[in-house]
Amino acid sequence: MQFGLIVILIVAFLSLGHAQEREGTNRSSHTLDLEIEMENRFFMEAPSFNGQNRYFPSVALRPTYTLEWEANDNSLNIEGFARVDVDEERTHFDFREFYYLKVSRNWELSIGLKKIFWGVTESNHLVDIINQTDAIESFDGEEKLGQPMLQFSINTKQGTFDFFYLPYHRKRTLPGEKGRFRFPVIINTNNVGYESAAKAWHQDVAMRYSNSFNSFDLGLSYFYGTGREPVIQFNSEAGIMAFYPIIHQVGLDLQITNNAFLWKLESIYRSSTLQKFIAFTAGLEYTISNINSSGIDIGLIGEYSFDERDALTLSALQNDVFLGSRIAFNDVQDTSILLGVICDLEKSSKIIGVEASRRIGSTIKLELEGRIFSSIAVNENFLSNFKNDSFIGLTILKYF
Amino acid sequence: MKKVLLTVVLSLMIYTVAQAQDRGLEIAKAAENADLGFKSSVSTLKMVLKNRNGQVSERALEVSTLELVEDGDKSLIIFNSPKDVKGTSTLTYTHKQGADDQWLYLPSIKRVKRISSNNKSGPFVGSEFAYEDLSSQEVEKYTYKFLKADNHLLVVEQYPVDPKSGYTKRVVSYNKDAEYRIEKIEFYDRKNALLKTLTYSGYNLYKGKYWRASRLNMVNHQSHKETLLYFLNYDFDVHLTDDHFTQNALKRS
Repeated sequence: MQFGLIVILIVAFLSLGHAQEREGTNRSSHTLDLEIEMENRFFMEAPSFNGQNRYFPSVALRPTYTLEWEANDNSLNIEGFARVDVDEERTHFDFREFYYLKVSRNWELSIGLKKIFWGVTESNHLVDIINQTDAIESFDGEEKLGQPMLQFSINTKQGTFDFFYLPYHRKRTLPGEKGRFRFPVIINTNNVGYESAAKAWHQDVAMRYSNSFNSFDLGLSYFYGTGREPVIQFNSEAGIMAFYPIIHQVGLDLQITNNAFLWKLESIYRSSTLQKFIAFTAGLEYTISNINSSGIDIGLIGEYSFDERDALTLSALQNDVFLGSRIAFNDVQDTSILLGVICDLEKSSKIIGVEASRRIGSTIKLELEGRIFSSIAVNENFLSNFKNDSFIGLTILKYF
Repeated sequence: MKKVLLTVVLSLMIYTVAQAQDRGLEIAKAAENADLGFKSSVSTLKMVLKNRNGQVSERALEVSTLELVEDGDKSLIIFNSPKDVKGTSTLTYTHKQGADDQWLYLPSIKRVKRISSNNKSGPFVGSEFAYEDLSSQEVEKYTYKFLKADNHLLVVEQYPVDPKSGYTKRVVSYNKDAEYRIEKIEFYDRKNALLKTLTYSGYNLYKGKYWRASRLNMVNHQSHKETLLYFLNYDFDVHLTDDHFTQNALKRS
């Protein structure tokens, strides 16, 4: 299915390119960039389950290609991604984006695979629902798979309206036997259940209204279709499997920007035949800028997450506080550090995270990432599986 | 008699102070008026950062500006290099009064973030330019005092209205023979010590009316670092509208 989509897109791309040649008179421009990443992840503790590794060296490629024509009102945007890893399941390939974009005064139309982000908070991304999470890529859920879509966006005096037609569902990626961040039983990525008889081809729709007025940035969204977050089910025949229900989700995201304070709120109401629940993340970010004229900014972040669900959801944030700090040195090398801790308010569980990056020269970047799972409570259904998965990662990125 | 003399001296002083303020404001307004009507422009920039040892680092960016009369200008800045920040862009709605509205686009996660425009005094991408040095220069953002006329140069002291500014004052030299274009700005830090000097050179006249410098040189006298900003080209025929300065436009930059 996925392969079929890719073929259709490549054919569409070639025919567009051909059309371009015939017109001839229009100016077109294109750019090609490539990013090569070498990642080394080392897990500090012996694995919880048989077959898991401790050291994961891997290589990833991110080529991007953009072709623009007719005064840049038309463009083709491609972002590829490929990783080779010790864990066979983490070795994967994807088109993060592969879409045609038409821009006309106050509206734009996108056709193809695209990434869309909604939301304002830092520790949790509740409202963001268009793309499936590439969960084996990163623990923070910020890596996404390309979503096939038709998107129409229009700017009016009353705000921006976005309409999405999403014809195909993509399954969440899950680790293989050697991989960390997994359950005792390996959930086969392809062995999934769908509520819809159309399975991955259920035709989903979504819309979003957003507006910025004075210090307010508001977003209201609605999604109907196959959920992006699987429900883990135990089945006597198939064992443990991921099940994707049909959901309705209403989302709200709001940010109030007041001097050095950013006040943030994200909230969702999701209903399906299996469950109905609300969840929200609320918090603030305060930045002390240019401390003693050093150029250094220190941001302080505090967020609280609540989720009405409890058992067997792929979320660790039910009643948790996130405290973090973002330090930007604003130097020539763009050095920055993000430190944070997520504390469960009912249990002892804590997750400590560090992300730091610095450019070297003009085409190399170093990234450091660390996660420490500390005092994970035994009654944490989801997190207890990862209690020995504290790791440190060093990544070198080279840009061409 | 003494009292009368004091009153006269004082009122003369107040009179000259008021006159200097008016003259300073007049010059700033004249400079603003001379630049009215450009509507919109796009320019390609190269920024060269030099540290005290002479080591050099470069940035490439593109700046689009939309002129607004009733409120401050809108601008869109897109980074093209270094490559790890390629596609990162900012959208700014300048306001004549109050805080500017600013959004940042992070291309790797396709996220638009509304950011605080509080950080006026901080360095822009590690350079010697502060954010406030590069934001739209609205007359309302300063109070003025005329200092002196030096041949064709009119020197005006400007005091930032915003208490978050990193400066106590700027000393600006306007060229009265060339539509009040700025030739030089000296920046004084919060302790009123000379911090930086910005020199404009390589001026070109566009559309027979708008002077634009092709080279801006900012020297920091305290850190001995230097930033050169080259405007490689200016396009005043782009006919940009509000639709080019939306969050959608920011995302597709």
